[in-house]
Amino acid sequence: MSKPQNPESWQYRALNAINPGLDYLSDALIGLVEEGYPIVAGSADLQYSNGLNKFARAYPDKYVQFGISEQNMVSAAAGMATTGVIPFVATFASFLGLLCCEQIRMDVAYCKLPVRLIGHHTGISLGFYGTSHHATEDISTMRALANLTVISPADGAQLAAAIRASVNWPDPIYFRIGRGRDPKVYEDDVTFVIGKAIEHRRGTDATIIGCGWPVHGALQAAERLGLEGKSIGVIDMPTIKPLDREAIIAAARRSKILITVEEHNVIGGLGAAVAEVVADEGLGVRVVRHGIYDEYSLIAPPTHLYAHYQLDGPGIEEVTRRALAKVN
Amino acid sequence: MSTVTQERQGALSPSELARLREKAQFVRLETIRLIEIAKTGHYSSVFSCAEIFSALYYDVMSLRKNEPAWADRDRFTMGKGHAAVGLFPILADYGFIDRETLDGYTRLGNPLGDHPDMTKVAGIDFSSGSIGHALSNGAGMAKAAQMNARAFKVFTLLGDGEMQEGQVWEAALFAAHHKLSNLIAIVDRNGYQLDGKVDDVIGIESLADKWRAFGWETYEVDGHDLMALVPLLRRIKHDSARQKPACIIAKTIKGKGVSYMETEPGWHLGYLAPDDGRRAIEEIKSKEI
Repeated sequence: MSKPQNPESWQYRALNAINPGLDYLSDALIGLVEEGYPIVAGSADLQYSNGLNKFARAYPDKYVQFGISEQNMVSAAAGMATTGVIPFVATFASFLGLLCCEQIRMDVAYCKLPVRLIGHHTGISLGFYGTSHHATEDISTMRALANLTVISPADGAQLAAAIRASVNWPDPIYFRIGRGRDPKVYEDDVTFVIGKAIEHRRGTDATIIGCGWPVHGALQAAERLGLEGKSIGVIDMPTIKPLDREAIIAAARRSKILITVEEHNVIGGLGAAVAEVVADEGLGVRVVRHGIYDEYSLIAPPTHLYAHYQLDGPGIEEVTRRALAKVN
Repeated sequence: MSTVTQERQGALSPSELARLREKAQFVRLETIRLIEIAKTGHYSSVFSCAEIFSALYYDVMSLRKNEPAWADRDRFTMGKGHAAVGLFPILADYGFIDRETLDGYTRLGNPLGDHPDMTKVAGIDFSSGSIGHALSNGAGMAKAAQMNARAFKVFTLLGDGEMQEGQVWEAALFAAHHKLSNLIAIVDRNGYQLDGKVDDVIGIESLADKWRAFGWETYEVDGHDLMALVPLLRRIKHDSARQKPACIIAKTIKGKGVSYMETEPGWHLGYLAPDDGRRAIEEIKSKEI
């Protein structure tokens, strides 16, 4: 898709019409600037994809264009952070979490600088753009970096709340976000506490623990299974690191089975993180890790991919039924 | 508290020259002393940039003794982080590192290792060790200074082998595009990297043409000639009309000051046995560079 220069053009409006959640990122950052926080935003030739063009128009002197130089962007953001500003730099999650992994490790995480990394269009949300643009390994790479906080909001409202919550967070953060088409899970006035899970419902048969886009589907699945008399809990786990271990322990003690859902490889992601807690604590509950099963995802429109990989409501319902059949 | 003056302009006076020579000699001698503790180190990588260290830290950069975090200080980032053993004695000289810490170089739990670490060592403006990041780090500092109307300058020392890293050229494009005239890169063009001559490994010439083509005001200078290097750095630092970042390609000799290192590239990483160490110290003390 072309990148219209005129924000009032039909192309621009068309872009925003299909990605209604794009404004959340810019609006949250504009809000922080207006409150006096020393925010700087930057992107690598993707301001129309991540919506930061809105921030750039509002505060051109606080926006940095890096061009298609993602590694330079990360290292330069770290340099900026040493001077007292809080840089938010954004690019596709597939590039940020993998191409820039070493720059994030050395310059951001190890040096413990308050850089905010925004990996957008994560998971399989880029659909037919293909494997190069899918990010199904970024949770595993980012959570393996010491000092780095990893946050995967379920929708735009939660992203905005997480950004607001991050202003006084001392550590660097990797935000893993969608493409602005996420189905709505939260109201716009939702609050966010870094490191705290959100328990949507409690269940004794199973608890589904999710992050990102699949949280919406998990809620739909639990609702439908509930109508059949099954007791299914749902926990949104937007902070993957530091992980809310207490929420996992409580769910494991309450439920016969834990099911994790994420648009990520089942290796190294949220499911692995949950399984680590279950093993560490000797909780003895089965953990079904649902996601992308160690493969490169197919090409298709995003909604078709979410259906194919059973990450939407009907898919998660089916996965949950299969899991319940194993324990009953 | 004393500020290294930022007003010095023009040519070096004889007394200034003598002082900077003495500081470069101090860097070389301290490097030998500290590597004796670790029993292995990058002598020759330091010796090629000893005059550059001396020029920056004892003449050109605005710094305050005992105030490593002074907000308006000039910044230094270091692509060739493996030469940090030559920088640590300078930081100790500034009171940023205490003597006991310096003398415990590389010992268990000591913050001073082969590469500079900003999380452990006051006065290190950015950590390094992974080649190719430092110009980006410096460009970020310079961009933030430009955006917030702050006057400090950023000096980045790069190895010539480092020119093989793609990220260097990303940063070079970025700095030129954003007109970061407050960013000054110095390439220590000593001609060698681990596997041999830089231009045998992956050639980087014509280097000055490359930097010019990337939009940098580019100079070539003998990196050991303080009479040439220091006035050039002074002029670049204070040239307020310049709209470009500046690059100095400093032609240097790896191992400069110790004859048997100057002719043997294997000294990139090594250890001087006591006899050789004594010879090296005598040479450094007896020669005027």
